[in-house]
Amino acid sequence: MILDGKCPTGPIEKTWDKHRFDLKLVNPANKRKYSIIMVGTGLAGGAAAASLGELGYNVMAFCYQDSPRRAHSIAAQGGINAAKNYPNDGDSIYRLFYDTIKGGDFRAREADVWRLAQVSNNIIDQCVAQGVPFARDYAGYLDNRSFGGAQVSRTFFARGQTGQQLLLGAYSALSRQIKLGTVKMYNRREMLDLVVVDGVAKGITCRNLVTGELESYAADAVCLATGGYVNVFYLSTNAMGCSVTANWKAHKKGAFFANPCYTQIHPTCIPQAGDYQSKLTLMSESLRNDGRCWVPKKKEDCGKHPNEVAEEDRDYYLERKYPSFGNLAPRDIASRAAKEQCDDGRGVGPGGRGVYLDFSTSIKRVGADTIKERYGNLFEMYEKITDEDAYKRPMRMYPAPHYSMGGLWVDYNLMSNIPGLFVLGEANFSVHGANRLGASALMQGLADGYFVIPNTIAGYLATVKPTNGQTDNPEFKKSVEDVQSAQKKLLGINGKKTVSEFMRELGGLMWENCGMARSKESLETNLKKIPALREEFWKNVKVTGTGTEFNQDLENAGRTADFLEFAELMCRDALHRNESCGGHFRVEYQDEGEAQRDDANYCYVGAWEFKGDNKEPELHKEPLKFENVHLAVRSYK
Amino acid sequence: MTLNLIVWRQKGPNAPGKFETYTAKGITEHHSFLEMLDVVNEDLIKSGKEPIQFDHDCREGICGMCSQVINGMPHGGQERTTVCQLHMRKFKDGDTIYIEPWRATAFPLVRDLVVDREALDKIVQAGGYTSCHTGGVADGNAILIPKPAADEAMDAAECIGCGACVAGCPNSAAMLFTGAKVSQLAILPQGKAEAAERVTNMVNAMKDCGFGNCTNHYECQAACPKGINVKFIARMNREYLKSLF
Repeated sequence: MILDGKCPTGPIEKTWDKHRFDLKLVNPANKRKYSIIMVGTGLAGGAAAASLGELGYNVMAFCYQDSPRRAHSIAAQGGINAAKNYPNDGDSIYRLFYDTIKGGDFRAREADVWRLAQVSNNIIDQCVAQGVPFARDYAGYLDNRSFGGAQVSRTFFARGQTGQQLLLGAYSALSRQIKLGTVKMYNRREMLDLVVVDGVAKGITCRNLVTGELESYAADAVCLATGGYVNVFYLSTNAMGCSVTANWKAHKKGAFFANPCYTQIHPTCIPQAGDYQSKLTLMSESLRNDGRCWVPKKKEDCGKHPNEVAEEDRDYYLERKYPSFGNLAPRDIASRAAKEQCDDGRGVGPGGRGVYLDFSTSIKRVGADTIKERYGNLFEMYEKITDEDAYKRPMRMYPAPHYSMGGLWVDYNLMSNIPGLFVLGEANFSVHGANRLGASALMQGLADGYFVIPNTIAGYLATVKPTNGQTDNPEFKKSVEDVQSAQKKLLGINGKKTVSEFMRELGGLMWENCGMARSKESLETNLKKIPALREEFWKNVKVTGTGTEFNQDLENAGRTADFLEFAELMCRDALHRNESCGGHFRVEYQDEGEAQRDDANYCYVGAWEFKGDNKEPELHKEPLKFENVHLAVRSYK
Repeated sequence: MTLNLIVWRQKGPNAPGKFETYTAKGITEHHSFLEMLDVVNEDLIKSGKEPIQFDHDCREGICGMCSQVINGMPHGGQERTTVCQLHMRKFKDGDTIYIEPWRATAFPLVRDLVVDREALDKIVQAGGYTSCHTGGVADGNAILIPKPAADEAMDAAECIGCGACVAGCPNSAAMLFTGAKVSQLAILPQGKAEAAERVTNMVNAMKDCGFGNCTNHYECQAACPKGINVKFIARMNREYLKSLF
C-alpha cells in the first residue's frame, strides 16, 4: 500500500497557514459535546490536554506517574530551538527548516518540518507568558546558545533544566484546566489497550496502578503522547517507566509503526560503570559549546591521568574530522566518531568505553565562574555519579540510547491510519527523519501539543457524532478481558528468571546487534534470538504478587513482554533498510566511515502493519518528496 | 559491601505496617541507592517473596518521583541529593540503614515506601500558574526581565515537587514547595494581575490539604535536594500579607 501523508501542496511557506484555513472547525458551543482521551502528559500530552481543555473540549488525561509533573520530558537539559533570529546571526524559519531536514538525513516530511519551524517562534512566546524563567541577558532580553548541527545560536534555555521548566509550564497550564474542570486528570494509570470500534479508535483500557483495577474509558478521539521506546536497549537515558506499551498495543490494533529502526544514540552520556546499572545519565549537548572532545593519540596514554597527556598527544578528533562544525557536529556523527576512537583502542576509563570532554580551554578563556554559571548543575550531577571533579579533570563521555525518531505513523494532521487515533510528540515518527538535531525534541512536543493538534483534531471531530463517553460497546468488555487474561498468564508462569533478567538480556542483544552499528548478520542473529527469548519469557518468567494490588513487578513484566515483541520489528525494519542514514548505521553501507544513504531505493517512510502474533508484518511505504531542500550528501566537513 | 537494611513494609493504607530486616549483598560503591534496592528486590523475587515497592522514575535527580526517608533524613540527608543520586560510596561495609516512606497526613501511604503526593498538585491547581491562553501572547522579548530577576525566578523554579520539605518538617508544612512557586511567579512580571488571588488561593489550598505551618526550623531547606532557599517562604508570607491590603 502506498501511504498518503495528506500534506498540503503549494509553496512550502504557505502550507500550514493554508491547511489551517482549509480545516473544518467545531462550533464553540459544540466543543463541549466532544470528549478526548490524552494518554501521556509530558510536553506533548500536557500541552495538548491543556490547550484542548481551554478550547472547551472534555479532556481525560492519563499518566502512569503520581503526577503529570513527572513526565520524562522533565529530564531534558539543554534547550529548545526557535527561529527568532534575536542574535542577528542569519537565522530564519527557512534555515531552521533546512537544518532539520538535512540533520534528519532526508527522511522526514518537508511540510511537517516546515510547520515545526514556523510554530517554533510561538512556542517561546507561549512559554515566556507562562512564566518559564528562560535565561536573559543584563538588558532583559532572551539569551541564546548553539547546539549540535547548527551554526546559528537559536537555542533558548533555562540553566541546564530547560525540559523541566517547559514541562512545568505545560503542567501549570494543565493544572489550570484541571481546576476549571475541562480536564479530568487520572494519575497512576497505565494504558494497556486501545479500543477500536468498527475500525475507529473509541477508547482505552487502563490499569489503575494503585488498586490493580482495569478501567474502560470512551471518547470521540484518542491521543497518544506516550514518548519513545529506547528502553528497548535496557540501558538508556530514558526514565525507568518509559515503555513502548501504549504504542505497541495500538500497533496490534492496526496502527502502522513507522521507521522503528531510527533510534538516536546521544554522544554525551556518562559511561556505564557496572553490570548492575539501571540507567545511563545524559549530560546536555550544550556542554559541547565549551567542551572539546579528545582521546589520546597513543594507546599507551589511555591509562594515564588525562592532565598528564601532553597537548600534542591529544587527538581532538571532531575538530580534526569536521572542521566547520567541530565539537558541535550532529549527534549521530559525534556518536559514531566517539565509537570509532574507542573501537580503535584509544578509549578511556573502565573498559576503554569513553572519550574526554575537556573544559580546560574554556575555563582558561572565560573563567571557571562563567562555566559554573552555564553548566554548574551538570558538573554537580557528574560528580555525584562518578566522584570526579570536572573543573579539574575532563569529563568522560560515551554515547547512549536517548531518543526514538520512529513511532506510530501519522498523516499531516497527526492522525494515525486508525481514524480517531492521534499520535503526538516522540510517540509519532513525523519530523526528525533518521536523526534528531539537538533542542528539537522539546520543540516538537510543544509544537504538536500547543499549536498543531488543537487545529487538526477539529477537522476530524467535525466529521463524527459525539459518543458521550459510553463504554457499553462489546469491544470495551473484550478489551478488558484480553488484558486480564494476559495478566493472569504472566502471574501464573511462576518460572525461575526475573523480569529484569529478561530485560537485560534483550537490551544486550539490541545494543550489540541493533545499536550504533548494525549488519545483515547481526540483525539476522537477533531475529533468531529474540523469538527464542520471548518464548522463554512466557515459560520461565517469575512475576510476584497479584493483579489486584499495587504491583510494580507486574507493571514491569507487561512492559517487558511488549518490548520483546517490538524489538523484533525494530530489527526487521533495520534489516530491510539497506542503507545507512542518521541513527541507522549499517556497516555494509559506508564510505570511509561516513554513512552512505541510498535515495534511489529507500527515500521513503517504512510503516509496518501488524498481521498477527508470530506472523510477518507487512511493509507499507510513503514516498518522501524533497522539493525545497534538495537531496544531497550530508556533509559537516 | 554487605549492608543490613531495616525497611518499612505496609501492604496498603489501612493495613498494619512494620519494619522488616534484609541483607544487601555484593554492593559496590558505584551502585546508586536505588540500584542497591534493585539488587535486594531481585533476591526477594527469586526467593518467592514480594519485592519492596518504591517510587522512582528518571533516576537522574530531576523527576522528583523518588522519596525515601533514609536513616531519618529525606533522600538520605546528603546535601542537594535525591535518593536516586545517592551513591553507596557514602556508606560503609556492614552499615545498618533504616528506610521509611515520607510521613505526613497530607501524603497517605499507598504501599511500602510509596505515598500519594496529589496534595502538591492540588496546591498548584489552586493558582500556581499565569492564566494566559494558548496562542495570542506577546513576543517573548516584549516583556523585559532583568537577568537577576530571571535568575532568582529560576532559583525558585528548580523545585522538583518531591515533597522532601514536607517529610523533613516537624509540622509537615508544604511552605517551601508553595513558597517556591509563589515566588517564581511573583518575581516575574508575567501574571502580576492575579498575584494577590494566586497567593491567597495557594495558601488556602495548603491548609485544606492538611499541611501544617512553618515554625522556622529550616529542616525543609536542609532536606531539599535542589537547595531551595527558605527566603522563598518569607517572600510568600510577604506576598500573602500584601494580598490582604
